Amino acid sequence: MRFLDTVMGIPMSLDIRDAGDHHAAAKEAFALLHEADAIFSPYLPGSQLSRLNRGELTLETTGPAFLEVHELAARFAAVSGGVFSLQAAPGRWDLNGIVKGWATQRAAQRLRVLGVANFVLNAGGDVVAAGGSGPGTAWNVGIRSPESPQRMMAVLALRDMAVATSATYERGLHIVDGRTGRSARAFASVSVVAADLTVADVLATTVFAMGPDGPRWAAERYDCSVLAQLADGTVTDAGELRRWLAPAPR
Amino acid sequence: MNGRKWKGTALFLAIFIVLGATFGLRLYSAQEHSALASSLPTATAKPTTAGGAAPGTSTQSAAPSGPRAAGSGTGPSVRTITGDPESTPYGNVQVAVSFAGRKITGVNVLQVPDAGNYDQQVAQVVPPTLLQEVLTSQSAKVDTVSGGTYTSTGYLQSVQSAIDKLP
Repeated sequence: MRFLDTVMGIPMSLDIRDAGDHHAAAKEAFALLHEADAIFSPYLPGSQLSRLNRGELTLETTGPAFLEVHELAARFAAVSGGVFSLQAAPGRWDLNGIVKGWATQRAAQRLRVLGVANFVLNAGGDVVAAGGSGPGTAWNVGIRSPESPQRMMAVLALRDMAVATSATYERGLHIVDGRTGRSARAFASVSVVAADLTVADVLATTVFAMGPDGPRWAAERYDCSVLAQLADGTVTDAGELRRWLAPAPR
Repeated sequence: MNGRKWKGTALFLAIFIVLGATFGLRLYSAQEHSALASSLPTATAKPTTAGGAAPGTSTQSAAPSGPRAAGSGTGPSVRTITGDPESTPYGNVQVAVSFAGRKITGVNVLQVPDAGNYDQQVAQVVPPTLLQEVLTSQSAKVDTVSGGTYTSTGYLQSVQSAIDKLP
């Protein structure tokens, strides 16, 4: 069963392979994603993030979800030495580097709680692959080639894993190195595989912002693997990428 | 003046070549009965890809096979087997694998796809043995696609939008 919705201005799709009718579960999962958008959107004037930026709220008067994401983001900012940043500019909060991953991971957890075991949830390119695509079969997750939306630079075979990609080909130079405030330019695309999409999403952004040292930095500190393409076209990896590469079809 | 400079360069090159040849020959004769060859899989024959991969990121590339081979020390002799060319969607890949007994001690990339410079670039940084697996993985059927967050136009052009239209 396939479901498609647009959340945060992004097409999000859900493919459930468990037998039975899962409309209710899918609806709940998408509701969580919309809820996150309502809290964290920098574009909605009524979101907690917008109100915080206008000084109508303080961190203490935001909700529990905001505090949870803020605390997670602050931890990544500290570990990365400020490469991952919670502020787009001094005094202006921006949690876009973590919200999509966090919200999608949360929606995936809700699906599991509701008894859905085999599904893939794709939030505009950030993917949670739960269970398998069929009996004994992993989910084959393509990593889009920066050169073309129709080509894959690699295909990963994942079960109960997540992968997030940060790249310039869709949104331009939108990732900033928090240490300098400048746009990161070293990579065309960075993909991170981890058990949790929140971690994968933040690390993809952080590695992208950090530059060529990023992949190894991430793999040394977190249980993750990295596949990245530099702006000049060269490809690099870190961690146990080999473990996730899909075998050739028979 | 120019003449003197030229002579100096020629002398330097001559010394360099003689040294290189001597050292190279020693390595070559040492291959027969030591694991040295395994620690220098990229230094021997093919500078094209394997050598190019070495300086950058690929210190890990030799690691899986190197230390094990060194550990086996004076074990069985090293032999090198050249594999058949394997075709991939982007061209042929051919490697030569060195064995000490049944253990792989080194891999030399003899041939990688050169149709389109994207694939050559892959060959330069990703360790050669991983390269083949990356290229092979591209032919697997795709259930979903990870990519930089799409705009709605990007989505419409993407493989993901086609997947989402499947029944």
